[in-house]
Amino acid sequence: MASTLTTDAAGPMRTGGLSRLLENRNVLGGLFLLPAAVILLLFLTYPLGLGVWLGFTDTQIGRSGIFIGLENYEYLWSDSVFWLSVFNTVLYTVAASALKFALGLWLALILNERLPFKAFFRAIVLLPWVVPTVLSAIAFWWIYDAQFSILSWSLIKLGIIDTPINFLGDPNLARASVIAANVWRGIPFVAITLLAGLQTIPPSLYEAAMLDGANSWQRLRHVTLPMLTPIIAVVMTFSVLFTFTDFQLIYVLTRGGPVNATHLMATLSFQRAIPGGHLGEGAAIAIAMIPFLLAAILFSYFGLQRRKWQQGGRD
Amino acid sequence: MTKFKLTRRQLVQSSAGIAAAGAVGAGLLGRRRAFAQDLKITPEEGATLRVTRWSPFVEGDEKQWLANTEKFTKETGIQVRIDKESWEDIRPKAAVAANVGSGPDIMWVWFDDPHQYPDKLLDVTELADYLGGKYGGWYDGPKSYATRDGKFIGLPLATIGNAVVYRKSLVKAAGFDEFPKDTAGFLKLVQGLKKNGLGAGFTHGHGVGDGNNYAHWLLWSHGGKMVDEKGNVTINSPETIEAIKYASELYKNFVPGTESWLDVNNNRAFLAKQVSCIANGVSVYYAAKKDPALAEIAADIGSTNFPIGPSGQNAELYQVTSAVIFKYTKYPKAAMRYLQYMFEQPQMDPWIEASSAYCCQTLKAYAANKIWTSDPVFAPYAKASETLRTNGYAGPLGPASAGTMADYVLVDMFAEAVTGQRSPEDAAARAEQRAKRYYQS
Repeated sequence: MASTLTTDAAGPMRTGGLSRLLENRNVLGGLFLLPAAVILLLFLTYPLGLGVWLGFTDTQIGRSGIFIGLENYEYLWSDSVFWLSVFNTVLYTVAASALKFALGLWLALILNERLPFKAFFRAIVLLPWVVPTVLSAIAFWWIYDAQFSILSWSLIKLGIIDTPINFLGDPNLARASVIAANVWRGIPFVAITLLAGLQTIPPSLYEAAMLDGANSWQRLRHVTLPMLTPIIAVVMTFSVLFTFTDFQLIYVLTRGGPVNATHLMATLSFQRAIPGGHLGEGAAIAIAMIPFLLAAILFSYFGLQRRKWQQGGRD
Repeated sequence: MTKFKLTRRQLVQSSAGIAAAGAVGAGLLGRRRAFAQDLKITPEEGATLRVTRWSPFVEGDEKQWLANTEKFTKETGIQVRIDKESWEDIRPKAAVAANVGSGPDIMWVWFDDPHQYPDKLLDVTELADYLGGKYGGWYDGPKSYATRDGKFIGLPLATIGNAVVYRKSLVKAAGFDEFPKDTAGFLKLVQGLKKNGLGAGFTHGHGVGDGNNYAHWLLWSHGGKMVDEKGNVTINSPETIEAIKYASELYKNFVPGTESWLDVNNNRAFLAKQVSCIANGVSVYYAAKKDPALAEIAADIGSTNFPIGPSGQNAELYQVTSAVIFKYTKYPKAAMRYLQYMFEQPQMDPWIEASSAYCCQTLKAYAANKIWTSDPVFAPYAKASETLRTNGYAGPLGPASAGTMADYVLVDMFAEAVTGQRSPEDAAARAEQRAKRYYQS
């Protein structure tokens, strides 16, 4: 590397320190990186660093705090609402991601078949993803309304139930309801991305498999899935991150209720920090999300992405 | 008639108070006298103002406020831009503006907001004293939200009253010619309503206004309180347990789903004839009156204050909004001039009237506004400023009281118990633990 650089720098007959500096690959590379680095530092690293710092202070709105070490975390450790929110967040993420993956893959496989009006179907599948979350959340709010739910109404009219279903009032039903809303919203992202992945799989592989007598399940299991794994890893990493940090849906639908049964870490963090005024504690809750997020990223990267067999080796 | 007498008496009282205060120092006396005549605030040259208010629930409120503002611009040449934020965005946005030191010059904030960042707010004591002196004095409740250490850090603008709203025909059918005045009778009524087919419904969910109003009435009517005068948490008391037990009895007769209700659910259900009795601001009546399709319901609406409980007192929370001026404003004089203008009688009276009983006056003289006698449904909202009890009663206002309310400690306590997730004793103990976090930090 060093020798190449020297040759490069000495090669052309140029004078002047600046132009020689610009010929240097490292300097030039650094310069190209600079805008992105500044943006990242300014809008990502700094807020993140500030958040971490706030988590160690007792800052309140309108009052700058002092360093209090791990006190916020100690309190959260003994706070059952916080642990409930951790449980809810993990449940929400795992259940919603698994459903989004299964249904998204299914949808992608269907859309990958020869269908009439293929382009049309592919376009409308994107709709839930295109609609702003708050709007779809408000639509779901009506769907789940305690008095006006269209679902309850239909079931009552069909004579299946007598009283409206308490979608957002019963803790477990409320959890299921918000997960369903999140799945509805997240499927298009998974489906369309996996569809893009499916289309990169060479048809010759399927032909070869068919000649070997593989049935459709075996083709899915031994051709499609292995070829799709890298895309799945990326899609699911993003999907898990989006789900884990979800806020709008819960905030509109339940505001964390009934009795905190649907509070996620993100909504609890907001509630404590901004309306509640305890910025330090809110930040601590937000920071507590990082280990989970890192674990999710590491899992999908190491667990799914680098398989030796994909490069022709063995696992 | 009684109202007029009361106002006059209060006027006399407050004048006496002013005289007494004035007597303390000769200089002060001179100043007070000046207030009684007029307060001249000269706005800065070339001033412009930005005001952020909460989105109106009653159309007339916004229209009149804008009309008054236009008049102000015409008279003073000061341009005023008014932005609206949804009710719940006010608190975070105001907090950010205060902390960052940039944003609107004037903001309408809620509850204990001024106590969260008192140092960032302009001292408007002089203006408040002038207005108080001229208009019969400020009501104590709204005043305590806007004052700290004896200084006004904002002007209490309005109290959004809350009252029980019911269908007269259904209450009658349940065997009550008159709405019950005590909690025991109220329980019987709610049971009767349910028996007749259409239950009552009060918000047990995270509704900022309705959820808190109902929970605080439950607690206070039974003599419970979150903290004592010194801020020691006293929520885990026999009175609280009684309140929870009473709430559970009521809840058994509610329409389903009240634990998931947010602020608008009760209005919606009531207007759709899905619930017979709710507690709400006057906006629900306003909505019914405005819509010809709901004329039948509008004619059947009755309203009253919550019944008196074992504590023997009528104490409710209500929502209080104050207008604050941020210290960072470039035009503090213009901002004060604007508020002074809006609080003066030619502007304030039409505004209160146009708000159709949604905004209750904070200055006693305006109690004579004709809106309060124009419709019997408005009557229970008329005294909101007079009877309200501040958040975090009986303790001091500040970050702790604000945090406890924002974290729905009280709302959750009742919801946990009425839905059977915790026993009344456990729910009270849990609320105590959560409240202590705020009151001890």
